[in-house]
Amino acid sequence: MNDRSNVSLRGVEVAYGPIRVLDRLDLEVEQSEFLVLLGPSGCGKSTLLNAIAGLTEVDDGEIWIGDRNVTWLEPKDRGIAMVFQSYALYPRMNVRGNMSFGLKVARMPRADIERRVRTAAEILQITDLLDRRPAQLSGGQRQRVAIGRALVRDAGVFLFDEPLSNLDAQLRAELRVEIKRLHQRLGATMIYVTHDQIEALTLADRIAVMKDRKFQQIGTPQEVYLRPVNRFVATFVGSPAMNFLPGQIVVGSDGPAFHSPALNFSLATYPFASTPTDATQVELGIRPEHVVLAPDSANAREVCVEMTEPMGSDLLAWTRLGELPLSIRLPAETKLAPGERLPILLPEHRLSLFDAANGARL
Amino acid sequence: MSAGNIVPRGRRPKRLTPERVGLHAFLIICALFFLTPLYVMLVTSLKGMPEIRQGHLLALPSAPGLAAWGKAWFAACTGLSCNGIRVGFVNSLRILIPSVIVSIAIGAVTGYALSFWRSRGAVLLFGILIAVAFIPYQVFIYPLVRIFSHLGINNSVPGIVVIHTIFGLPTMTLIFRNHFAGLPEELFKAARVDGAGFWRIFGAIMLPMALPIIVVAVILQVTGIWNDFIFGLVFAGRENLPMTVQLNNIVNSTQGEREYNVEMAATLLTATVPLVVYFVSGRWFVRGIAAGGVKG
Repeated sequence: MNDRSNVSLRGVEVAYGPIRVLDRLDLEVEQSEFLVLLGPSGCGKSTLLNAIAGLTEVDDGEIWIGDRNVTWLEPKDRGIAMVFQSYALYPRMNVRGNMSFGLKVARMPRADIERRVRTAAEILQITDLLDRRPAQLSGGQRQRVAIGRALVRDAGVFLFDEPLSNLDAQLRAELRVEIKRLHQRLGATMIYVTHDQIEALTLADRIAVMKDRKFQQIGTPQEVYLRPVNRFVATFVGSPAMNFLPGQIVVGSDGPAFHSPALNFSLATYPFASTPTDATQVELGIRPEHVVLAPDSANAREVCVEMTEPMGSDLLAWTRLGELPLSIRLPAETKLAPGERLPILLPEHRLSLFDAANGARL
Repeated sequence: MSAGNIVPRGRRPKRLTPERVGLHAFLIICALFFLTPLYVMLVTSLKGMPEIRQGHLLALPSAPGLAAWGKAWFAACTGLSCNGIRVGFVNSLRILIPSVIVSIAIGAVTGYALSFWRSRGAVLLFGILIAVAFIPYQVFIYPLVRIFSHLGINNSVPGIVVIHTIFGLPTMTLIFRNHFAGLPEELFKAARVDGAGFWRIFGAIMLPMALPIIVVAVILQVTGIWNDFIFGLVFAGRENLPMTVQLNNIVNSTQGEREYNVEMAATLLTATVPLVVYFVSGRWFVRGIAAGGVKG
């Protein structure tokens, strides 16, 4: 039912006076793609979304939606719909009024408005709320209505600005699934801003990780999670965060190796981006669930368990490898006591090496 | 009371401490200070002139009557005409109603524009508007008289309405701007995505949310404009003098005997509108003062 559009940002720059908020951003969002803009607060992700919506003027660059340059178009003429963090429902109108406001402004015939509102309400299961005021709704219902208001616009591109941040954990999970289902059903292009890495990983076709006004990495959730391009992305995505072990690269006769007081091993099969140089200071990154227990291996190292956190579905062990902290995700039924020693292996294909100087992946 | 978990500890607070006695005494004295003149006016207006001449200012009237009120309303003389203060009452209404409506309408729009449509120089403009509100308005009177007579709206109801609108604008803009600034900006963004323009957002979204502040604005403007004297005297013209000016003419007339009872009645009649507004809307009025901030 939508004319699906791709979104293209070409060198987009936004500045508030002398303060630059977005730095020459380029981004191609495919038709029907679900793209998540992920980043800490203040990284510019919401500004970028507002720029796409036409609510913030860009100072340089172009924004294309479909085959149109919309850089200077009004929000209503861009073929977008938007859902806000605070729901932004019009408090003096009932749900039907909220959903139909934009269509009334566009002077759509009443019968068409009624039909669209009805369809959207059925999709979101809010038909019996149509005559209520926003104040009479719960947070989850309000956000459904806000999504409904976006839905009736029949837009090719949906913009979400942290839509679930104001909801409690259970509702958030519920609506997250609903938004994903909606995306599958409508096939519309969706751009979704969040600082929650779980939302990003679960919803996205691709994630664009932002920091300091720039994209750090744009890739599938798999790529971002398993092959973060720098230390920031590695820390920001994943909970608990990736473990980092400082050390240095030693290039010997039998290939490069990692050296640190607690840990030495060969990196012969590590997919270096460029040929490693000897004595580079690095940080070795490994995710908690990638640490392997290896009671029988001769190469195993011992770690000392300090504390355990049962998470229900699994168990998190906070251990020390020599002096260095190392968290390990283990099956929930594992029995561990503080002080216990565990033999572990760090599988080479699961490792990430970052340059200690600039944080970039090696 | 059922047994709860909270057990009171320590000394039970005394109902009547010396501090509280002092505080109440002070408040009672203050109340008397303001209520005594009102009382004197009320009893005097109900007395006849012979009784007033005896000079018992605080005594209750021996034969209370509304004769003085009737005379003040229907027959008190200002200059040569003796049609009572009702003429002024009607004039005041003719000035008040359009002035309140126009000043609030314009103030609401400017406040809305300044809080949501941040155009270039909006902050500066707002600063100037507020700064000007602190300049004593006597400064403006003579130039404005010249401008108005040049435009041909001097000595007319439209003239005085324009004056009240101009001088109400800083306060009105301020309270509306502050109100709108407190609304979530996403609401405005949502309306823009929905395709609504400047006036549509104002009329359909923002104004319905401004009802409480409109009440406050009405209170501020009704009391302010009703109590105005100098603008009415200078700009309204002889035919449209507001009630306050007529009251002054009655009270300050030097002809014949001073009819204190009529003067008191006329004064009370003039004060009725703001008094009613204060009593009916006390809570809102306090809020208005807090919201206005700079009302001098």
